[in-house]
Amino acid sequence: MMNQLRTKILSPQLFRAVAGVLIFLSFWYLLTEVLKLPRFKLIPDPVSVIKEWVSFDPMSGRSLFTKEYYIDIAYSVGRTMAAFTFATVLGVTLGLLMGWNRILYDFTFPLVEILRPMPPLSWIPLAVLILPGVEFAVVYVTFIAAFFATVLNTLLGVFSIDRNYFLAARCLGSKPKDIFFNVVVPGSLPFIFTGLQISMGIAWMSLVAGEIISGQRGLGYAIYEGYFLYQFPQVISYMFTLGILGYISSAAIRAVGRRLMAWEARRRGA
Amino acid sequence: MTTHDKIEGAISIRKVTKIYDPEGARVMAMKDCSFEMGAGEFTIIVGPSGCGKTTLLNAIAGFDTITSGEILLDGDTISSSLKQIKPNVDRMVVFQNGALFPWKTVIENITYGPVVQDRMKKSAAAELAKGMLHQVGLGEIGDKYPEELSSGVQRRVEILRALINQPKVVMLDEPFRGLDAVAKTVMHEFLMEVFCASPRTMFFITHDLDEAIFLGHKVVIMTTRPAQVKKIVPVALPWPREHHIMNSREYLELKQEVLEAVHEEAKKAFEAGERELA
Ligand SMILES: Nc1ncnc2c1ncn2[C@@H]1O[C@H](COP(=O)(O)OP(=O)(O)O)[C@@H](O)[C@H]1O
Ligand SMILES: [Mg+2]
Repeated sequence: MMNQLRTKILSPQLFRAVAGVLIFLSFWYLLTEVLKLPRFKLIPDPVSVIKEWVSFDPMSGRSLFTKEYYIDIAYSVGRTMAAFTFATVLGVTLGLLMGWNRILYDFTFPLVEILRPMPPLSWIPLAVLILPGVEFAVVYVTFIAAFFATVLNTLLGVFSIDRNYFLAARCLGSKPKDIFFNVVVPGSLPFIFTGLQISMGIAWMSLVAGEIISGQRGLGYAIYEGYFLYQFPQVISYMFTLGILGYISSAAIRAVGRRLMAWEARRRGA
Repeated sequence: MTTHDKIEGAISIRKVTKIYDPEGARVMAMKDCSFEMGAGEFTIIVGPSGCGKTTLLNAIAGFDTITSGEILLDGDTISSSLKQIKPNVDRMVVFQNGALFPWKTVIENITYGPVVQDRMKKSAAAELAKGMLHQVGLGEIGDKYPEELSSGVQRRVEILRALINQPKVVMLDEPFRGLDAVAKTVMHEFLMEVFCASPRTMFFITHDLDEAIFLGHKVVIMTTRPAQVKKIVPVALPWPREHHIMNSREYLELKQEVLEAVHEEAKKAFEAGERELA
């Protein structure tokens, strides 16, 4: 056990990861504190960002030791999770049905392809006009691009399934519903989970846009506010907070995927 | 074959023609192909690559239609230009590249047919599958996923998945292609064993002439595309067979006969290919 921990800590992977972060921080420090480039005059150096982040009495009123920080996180996580859940349930369902049913595919595919490239921000006016309340609009803007990404990846997942599995299933006496649950769904899971990691990333990106324009509270809104109030250390600490939350949510999706796709994990010898 | 009084699964191929893409490229894969497979007969199909062997398998299995002619199973027309054919559990296919569901364990794969057809409860089917695996010396692999197994073991599991449905006909499309000689020997003994335990009509496509003569009651040699029967060579060697018969004179003569017919067609296919390229 101790030995395992030791090899892990001394592993070249961890060393390189730490080295990568340190190089990034030194560059940042170099640009802001040593070279003091003109365009970087207002950009805080890493030390002041960290100081603000862990301060008991932060300038911006937002740090690891304030309630505000966690309220912002709770708002953003709540919105992202609501949007991601809707995007996944609706997107996977629609993608599977489109891949499985030719007629539904013909009806919906062109429409999906037109709606899909529309930037989430462009939905804001309609979302605000149609939906009852700002909170719904923010969740909608977070949802929409993630939804289309999930539809497309799920559809590609169905198309990736070897035709012989369908033939074998029919040969063995499957009814259409059996084929759907025993071939279409499991066969597209690897693509679906790759797609969910992408859609989770998209949801976080869209969230910040939505919060900045029409939200109250949340990490995105606080970044926007910090910008106007000249509280740049807080802006940067919140950016990293978003990055960390995104990383955690992707890791969570991978973990769920590994559980659902035991056959894939075992093939890789895990 | 005398232990079972009533074996079904006689197949008649009558003047079957198959044209792919009749409106466009018009690839004629089979033309007026006719031959018979007796119930419980182990029939081997050999012929040049691309001659139409898989096309015939697809037609019998019900995966694809035929352009004209008809296919009968025990006297009933199952496919013709008028009758849209469908796959059925009485005709099982073992696929060219293997089609075990990678997301199901060995047991789940084997029991899939009886469970989905509502013929058996999951638990009863699992017991049966375990028994079958045990009988062929694969008792330990029930909970593994196909991709954890060697391809030889995968092939045997896929054959068991077909046999548990007690089909009248089992069709195998070059099932042992890519296996090494030792693995092939194991597969042949395995097939011999399961076939003797319950004989049924076998439709077996292969390129390996030793395999063809070792396993078959008869070898059907196809012409180059469009597929027709060039020659049928009956193999009157006694069953069950052991590998040392491959040294017998009878065997070598049969092999020579098949080889000559195949060689002639391969040469034609090669020349046709040259013409197409020219
Ligand atoms: N779906 C298809 N559409 C058009 N041509 C096809 C199709 N399937 C097979 N063919 C052609 O028909 C011929 C016979 O193919 P096939 O039956 O697969 O040959 P093989 O004897 O190698 O199994 C080949 O020339 C092949 O290119
Ligand atoms: Mg073929």
